[in-house]
Amino acid sequence: MITPLGTPQGTPLVTPLVELIGMHKHFGAVRAVDDVSCELHAGEVVGLLGHNGAGKTTLVKLLAGVYPDDGGTIKVRGRAVKLASPRDAQLAGIETIYQHLALADNIDAAGNLFLGRELRTRWGTLDTHRMAHEAGKIIRRINPSFTQTHLPVRALSGGQRQTVAIARALYFDAKILIMDEPTAALGPGETRMVKDIILGLRQEGIGIFLVSHELRDVFDVCDRLVVLKNGKLVGTTKVSDVTEDDVLGMIILGKTPPPRAKTAAPPA
Amino acid sequence: MVSMVLALIAIWVALELATHGIFLTPRNLYNLSIQTSAIAVISCGMVFVIVARQIDLSAGSLLAFTGVLTAFVQVRWSEAAPDASWLLSIAVGLGAGAAVGLFQGWWVAYRGIPALVVTLAGFLMYRGAAFLVADGQTIAPLDETYQRLGGGAAGSLGVVASWALGALGCSWLGWHVWHTRRERARYTEDQVPAWIDAIKVVAGALAIVGFVAVMVSYPDRTRQGADGEPIGMGIGIPVVILILVVVVLSFLAHRTRFGRYVFAYGGNPESAVLAGINTRFLLVKIFVMMGILSTIAAVITTARLNAGANSIGQYAELYAISGAVIGGTSLAGGVGSVPGAVVGALIIQSLDNGMVLLDVSSAKRQILIGLVLIAAVWFDVVYTKRQAR
Repeated sequence: MITPLGTPQGTPLVTPLVELIGMHKHFGAVRAVDDVSCELHAGEVVGLLGHNGAGKTTLVKLLAGVYPDDGGTIKVRGRAVKLASPRDAQLAGIETIYQHLALADNIDAAGNLFLGRELRTRWGTLDTHRMAHEAGKIIRRINPSFTQTHLPVRALSGGQRQTVAIARALYFDAKILIMDEPTAALGPGETRMVKDIILGLRQEGIGIFLVSHELRDVFDVCDRLVVLKNGKLVGTTKVSDVTEDDVLGMIILGKTPPPRAKTAAPPA
Repeated sequence: MVSMVLALIAIWVALELATHGIFLTPRNLYNLSIQTSAIAVISCGMVFVIVARQIDLSAGSLLAFTGVLTAFVQVRWSEAAPDASWLLSIAVGLGAGAAVGLFQGWWVAYRGIPALVVTLAGFLMYRGAAFLVADGQTIAPLDETYQRLGGGAAGSLGVVASWALGALGCSWLGWHVWHTRRERARYTEDQVPAWIDAIKVVAGALAIVGFVAVMVSYPDRTRQGADGEPIGMGIGIPVVILILVVVVLSFLAHRTRFGRYVFAYGGNPESAVLAGINTRFLLVKIFVMMGILSTIAAVITTARLNAGANSIGQYAELYAISGAVIGGTSLAGGVGSVPGAVVGALIIQSLDNGMVLLDVSSAKRQILIGLVLIAAVWFDVVYTKRQAR
C-alpha cells in the first residue's frame, strides 16, 4: 500500500487536512465520544469502524457541524475551526453524505443538490433552469446512465439517490468528505460504483472519512482505520498492517492487535 | 389540480340544475367570488403551513381579533384623522397579526410546542381578545373608503379596469408558458409537447375571459351609462386582493429560497437541517405570514360587513384547511399548491352558497361540507399510497 504523504514509519511530513484532537461529546450521562483523536490527510481514505453505539456517527457529526462538541479541538489544514452549524462545515470545505442520504423526497435532484446553497438570478430569485443544467452535468459525470434529474428523488433508485448525494459534495468542491454508510442500502453493482467513486476522489486529493459496517468495503478502499468502542478510541492502524480478524478483535474486544513482525512480512 | 377543476365544474353544473338556473347567474357568481375571497386568502397561507408539516387552528379567531382591532382603531381615530384613519387601522391590524404570528412561531420553533397545541390555544385566546378590544360590542359603521375593500357597487373595478386586468392575466399566461418553453429549450432536449402548452393557454384564457365577462355583466344599479342602462360591476376588490395574494405566494413558493425551504422542510425536516437551513427561523416566518394573511382576510370581512364584531370568522380556519386539502395539499407535508387552495376554497364556498340557494339549513350544510372534507382527504390517502408504490 502506498502512502504518498507519509514516511515509512507512517508519521506525516505535511500538515494533515483534518485533525480531531481530544474530542468529547456526551448526551446526558452517556459519553458518546470520549477523548478521541485522529487525523485525515489529503488523498487518504480513513475508515471509521465500531459497533452500533461506538460513537462513529457522533464523531463525524461533530466534524459536520451537526452537534456542538463538549471539548476538543478541530483543525482544518492546521488551523483550529469552530463548527457550530452544518453551514460552518460547508464553508470549511467539509461535505457529508449521510446514511439516510438526507434528501428531500418531494424535490428533484437539482433542488436537492443545491439545497441550502441555491443558485440565484440577479434578482435574487431561484435560477431553477441553471441549477437543473449544472446538476445534470455533474450527475452525468458520476453516473452517465442517470438522466431523470427532473423527477422528485422519491422516484429514484438507491444508487441514483446516492449519486445525487455524492454530486452535491463534488459540486461544492469538497476537500474533506464524510461518508456515513454510503453502501448500506445499495445492491452489488451500485456498491461497486460508489467504491470506484471513492477511489477516484482519493486520486483527486480529497480526504475521505468512511463510516462503515462492511469490513469488505473498508479493506477495499481505505488506507487507514480508526476503531472506536463505547465512545473511546481503540486504535488507529494502516489497513496493510492488519487482517480482517485483527480488526474484528479491535471492534469486539477493544484490543489493539499485538505488534506483528511487520518487517518480517512486508507487503509485496 | 386538473381533477379538482373538473370537480368544481361538475358541482357548478349540478347546483345550476338543482337551483333551476339561479346558481350560474352573474349576481350569484359575483357574490360567490366575494364570499370566497376571505377564506381563499387564508387557504393560500395554509398551504405553506401544511406543506411544512404544521397546522394553524387559530386563523379564524385571529381574523376576529384583528378585524375588531382594525374597526376599533378606525372608529377611534375617525375624527382626528378622517382621511387616513382607515389606512392607519389596517397598518395596526397587520402589525398585530404579524406580532401574533411571531408569538405562535416562536413557541413552535424555539420552544418545541407542537403547532396543533399552540394554535389551539390561540383559537381560544384570540377570540377572547377580540371580545376584550371593544367589550363585546359590534363596531360600526366603518369608513366609506375602507368599505370598498369588501366589494359591492363602490368596491368593484368597473368594466374597463376589469377587462384590462383580464387582458393582463391573459398576456401573463401566454408569456409565462412561452418563457418556460424557452428556458427549457436552453438546457434540455425533452420539451413539453406544444399542443399541451397550447391547451393550457387557451383554457386559461377562456377561464379569465369568461370570469371577466360574467363580472361585468352584473349590473351596478347605482350608476348608469350614457344610454341610461346600468353599467357593469366588474371584478370585486376582494377578488383583486386575492389575486395579489395568489401571485405573491406563488412567486414565494416557486421562485424564492423561502418557498424552496418550506417544501424541503416538509419533504424531510432532517435533510433541511443538515443542508444548513435555519429551519427554526423558517417556521417563525411561516407563522408571521399566516398572521398577516389572517389580517388581510379580516379586512375583507369587516369591510364587507361594514362592522367589526368578535363573532366573525367562525370556522374560517377549518374552511381554509379544508380548501387547502381539497386543493391537493398533503397533510403529510411536502406537497401543495397555492392555486389549488383557491380552487379548493371555491369548491367549499360553492357548495355552501348553492345549498343556501336551495334553502338547506345551516346544520345540514355543515354535515355535507364535513363529508366533502373526508372525501377529499380520502383522495389524498389513495393518491399518497399510489405514489409510495
